[in-house]
Amino acid sequence: MSSEISSILLDQADRLLAQHATRERLAEADEGGWPEALWQAVEAAGLPLALVAEEAGGAGLAAADGMRLLRRAGYHTVPLPLAETMLAAHLWAAAGGAVPEGPITLGPCNEADALTLERAGAGFTLRGRLHRVPWGEQAGHVLVHAVDAGGTAHLALLAHPRAGNALRRNLAREPRATLDLDGVGVAADAVREAPPLAAAGLLELGALARAQQMVGAMERCLDYGLTYANERKQFGRPIGKFQAVQHMLAIAAGHYAAAAAAADFAAQEWGSARFGFAVAVAKARAGEAAGAVAEAAHQVHGAMGFTQEHPLHFATRRLWSWRDEFGHEALWQERIGRQVCAAGGAALWPMLVGA
Amino acid sequence: MQAFQFDAVTLPPEAEAMRRRVRAFLAEERAAGHLSGRGSWSAFDPEFSRRAGAAGFIGVTWPREFGGHAQSFLVRYVVTEEMLAAGAPCGAHWVADRQSGPQILRHGSEAAKREILPRICAGECFFAIGMSEPDSGSDLAATRTRATRTEGGWLINGSKIWTSRAHRAHYLIALVRTGDAGEDRHGGLTQFIVDLGQPGVTVRPIRNLAGGHEFNEVFFKDYFVADDRMVGKEGQGWSMVTSELAFERSGPDRFLSDYQLLAELIDRVGKAPGERQAVEIGRLVAHLAALRRMSTAIAGMIESGRSPGVEAALVKDVGTNFERDLPEVARRIVAVEPSVDDDEDGFAAALADVELHAPSFTIRGGTREILRGMIARGLGLR
Repeated sequence: MSSEISSILLDQADRLLAQHATRERLAEADEGGWPEALWQAVEAAGLPLALVAEEAGGAGLAAADGMRLLRRAGYHTVPLPLAETMLAAHLWAAAGGAVPEGPITLGPCNEADALTLERAGAGFTLRGRLHRVPWGEQAGHVLVHAVDAGGTAHLALLAHPRAGNALRRNLAREPRATLDLDGVGVAADAVREAPPLAAAGLLELGALARAQQMVGAMERCLDYGLTYANERKQFGRPIGKFQAVQHMLAIAAGHYAAAAAAADFAAQEWGSARFGFAVAVAKARAGEAAGAVAEAAHQVHGAMGFTQEHPLHFATRRLWSWRDEFGHEALWQERIGRQVCAAGGAALWPMLVGA
Repeated sequence: MQAFQFDAVTLPPEAEAMRRRVRAFLAEERAAGHLSGRGSWSAFDPEFSRRAGAAGFIGVTWPREFGGHAQSFLVRYVVTEEMLAAGAPCGAHWVADRQSGPQILRHGSEAAKREILPRICAGECFFAIGMSEPDSGSDLAATRTRATRTEGGWLINGSKIWTSRAHRAHYLIALVRTGDAGEDRHGGLTQFIVDLGQPGVTVRPIRNLAGGHEFNEVFFKDYFVADDRMVGKEGQGWSMVTSELAFERSGPDRFLSDYQLLAELIDRVGKAPGERQAVEIGRLVAHLAALRRMSTAIAGMIESGRSPGVEAALVKDVGTNFERDLPEVARRIVAVEPSVDDDEDGFAAALADVELHAPSFTIRGGTREILRGMIARGLGLR
């Protein structure tokens, strides 16, 4: 797809998300409702299949453009498993599978969880349990990464097993479910060898998506903060005229810009030999920025930002959750640190510049 | 939010070809014992600058008729980042290459261009910056050093301060008052090229807290400067200094000042770091990777003719904070007592050097408080 068409598609998606992710729907989702009308609008626009090749019925967006779409979804704090569905659909199509309709989630979503796959007659049996699967209860399908006895990584697409799930919600009240998949049978045609991008698991792709979503949500926080600082008057002038407020927002803007640059880096390295490093950089940097930007945005808004009435919390509560999902900063920082130390000081510069 | 933009840049093949050339040059320098591997870009080594000039690494973007190499800003970017990462002693030619030369190229007289630029490119002519004054640091509009008309030129009286390397440079570009400031305070300022070897100018050293002699106070007493040494037009000094500062602030020298310490820290920690060591080093590397990405985007903007004022201020603010953070992290994760003269423990010496110079990182080229004011204005805070 040409970059011009991608830009048009992204602009359309942005308008669609702005129009349909209303605060009434966000509030309903907070109360535990599944925003079916919003999902219908998103699905009708083809967004869940944005990263699926055109031959396979998708929009065939380049990975970097798909990541830009996730930023817009983060900006509009869309209460749907859009990122999860986009990634799962991409992977399943890349593995040669037919992508089902409806929302798809994926797992494992953290470093501690792992699934294994055992032969059972003509099919397979899964072993293990997945914690905190996004919309694990609501999604029609779950794409899981599981390793067989020979060490080969597979993807399995499960029509959602509803029983026995511990339902939890994150700080943004987005559903996160524990899926007990131990002993769940999978037909042979629902299991495929994992494509290279997912061979080592789904943590990197999930972290990449959360990094993009965080960049979008941080942009929203800054927009709210800048608008409020120019409107709210105290001591006879807008609070944005006070140097203390200006510097707070300038520092937050620096965090945002660095996070966006790191997320760009990871999007650009999609599938390359440096992908793992770039994703770690993106998730670590965006996660650190998320806390700082959310803090500054709240401080600027004063008590108003602490209310349910002001929509700032839709963005900040997601930032506080997303920074911990698919590995918190320390996990990715440690990975970078171990990689860099193992290679030695002289190897760092070539690693940074990719040459 | 449309306040700023960091568009991703892919470095072109000629930039990567240049990277290989610079690395080959630096490998030879290292083999010949000219690179200590430590020390920041500000180390002053005229012989190194001459060799760098001969190898074609100065005036990379300037036209060939003035001794330059007519390459893109992205190629120049690669030259600077490779020099910085290697800790090459670029201090002698840095200011001339980064900002004085470009100012002269764009706004200088034909005579000044012909006389000075080829010598800069050859690594034989060094510049200092004549902006700050005793009563005018961050507030450059308060400049009081004055130039008054005389036969065939101007007489300058007053003083400049914090003038790094003025005692070793050949020239500085002085920002002086030639008229009234006007209501916006930005009028009546003009830039001149000052030859530091001519009578009427004296240089007094100011030692820094590390014991080094880098900056100076420079006094002018009826210093004569010819008309053709004016840079730009009379009264244009403010806008020129603003664009000059964008060059000064935008480069990788604003986050790589102590890069060598990071490389040494990694080696000191060793191949099997503890969890906390790995986390802290990983955090620094994540910051650095993001900064480099932002910085290449700025080089791309300069190349495409845009003026990255707010973006440059952002990178300098984030970048110099990273530079300040690095020694603090280093001392948290490695038990070492820094020493100014420990010639057995290179890491202790490197840490000492960085700790003692770190306060300057967030001051030189515009304090972070000034930068944050600029960023806030760029964000639309009125």
